[in-house]
Amino acid sequence: MSKFKKRGGGSSSPGINTASLPDIVFMLLFFFMVATRMREVTLQVKVTKPGSSQAVKIAAEDRNKIISVYVGKPTKAQLYGSAPRMQLNDVIADVKDVGPFVLEEMNRLPEVDRKKAFVSIKADEEISTGIITDIKEALRDVDALKIQYGTRKTASLY
Amino acid sequence: MARSRSRKPLPEINSGSMADIAFLLLIFFLVTTTMDQEFGLPRELPRKIEEQTPPPPVKERNVLLVYVNRNNDLLVNNEYGDIKSLKERVKTFVANRKNRTDWPEKDAPEEFGSDGHTFVFQKSKGIVALQNDRLTSYKTYIEVQDVLTQAFNELRNELAKEKYGKTFEELSQLSSKGQTDDIQEEATIKMQAVQKAIPMAISEAEPIKSK
Repeated sequence: MSKFKKRGGGSSSPGINTASLPDIVFMLLFFFMVATRMREVTLQVKVTKPGSSQAVKIAAEDRNKIISVYVGKPTKAQLYGSAPRMQLNDVIADVKDVGPFVLEEMNRLPEVDRKKAFVSIKADEEISTGIITDIKEALRDVDALKIQYGTRKTASLY
Repeated sequence: MARSRSRKPLPEINSGSMADIAFLLLIFFLVTTTMDQEFGLPRELPRKIEEQTPPPPVKERNVLLVYVNRNNDLLVNNEYGDIKSLKERVKTFVANRKNRTDWPEKDAPEEFGSDGHTFVFQKSKGIVALQNDRLTSYKTYIEVQDVLTQAFNELRNELAKEKYGKTFEELSQLSSKGQTDDIQEEATIKMQAVQKAIPMAISEAEPIKSK
């Protein structure tokens, strides 16, 4: 017991040297700066993407060519109701807004990217396909024919 | 100069708050960024045509109609279908190795590929038409899409393995991550040839309206 008694009474334990703490934190900071990218939108609809085994990864250089359409139940049901709605950029919108939205986003892209641009439909797995069909029809109306169903990557089920 | 410095040493900057600043930045980046990767099933929508224009004639034997109803049941060519056996069904239908007369026709033998990496293949005219109800669940719809994609990908893999000794997946990896430019170019030629020989023939018909 006497082993653990403080020697020479009153002297406090030496503090941990924190001189390298900034270095460690900066290292973490740089890791996150490199490995992540900015959030584009704050989702106002609940989206759990369906799983798919054949999904292809979108290359980092193609990310700016994605025009995203989010579909799902609004998180603020008292404002937007509980029926599935779609979110374009930061607003909850209707099917009739999809065409103009896609054209506007296309125009915003640099000219070289426009042909490679595609619309990614990121929809919740619990909705029914009716609204998706409406979106696809709206896209055909404005001749935006390259689409992608946003999914998660999973192992093959069958 | 040296003398004056030695007389009056510069006071050191207090770096005690450096960690706090770094933490603040770190937390900012943690909150505003995401790490999730984007995956998707790419598809090409059919071009909008004038109402009066009749659709291009397609023979009945060339089409495999897959219908998903509002209860997420499958109907494959007017018979009850099962998602587990759908992949094999699509593969045997499109490939039609036994040359059945009620399954898709094949084009005359044609040469695919270029620059010495060619093969002769009879391209199938088979099309899978996917039709859904407005009340079909999206999850099931994507599952069926996934199975159909898998069927075509496996057909491509088999053909690539037979003709080039490498699967389609390996070729597509080589075409982007091959060690030299020559390897990449060769893989791209082979990949495109296989893609052309087996197109992803999935047609998304307009849904049947629910009453």
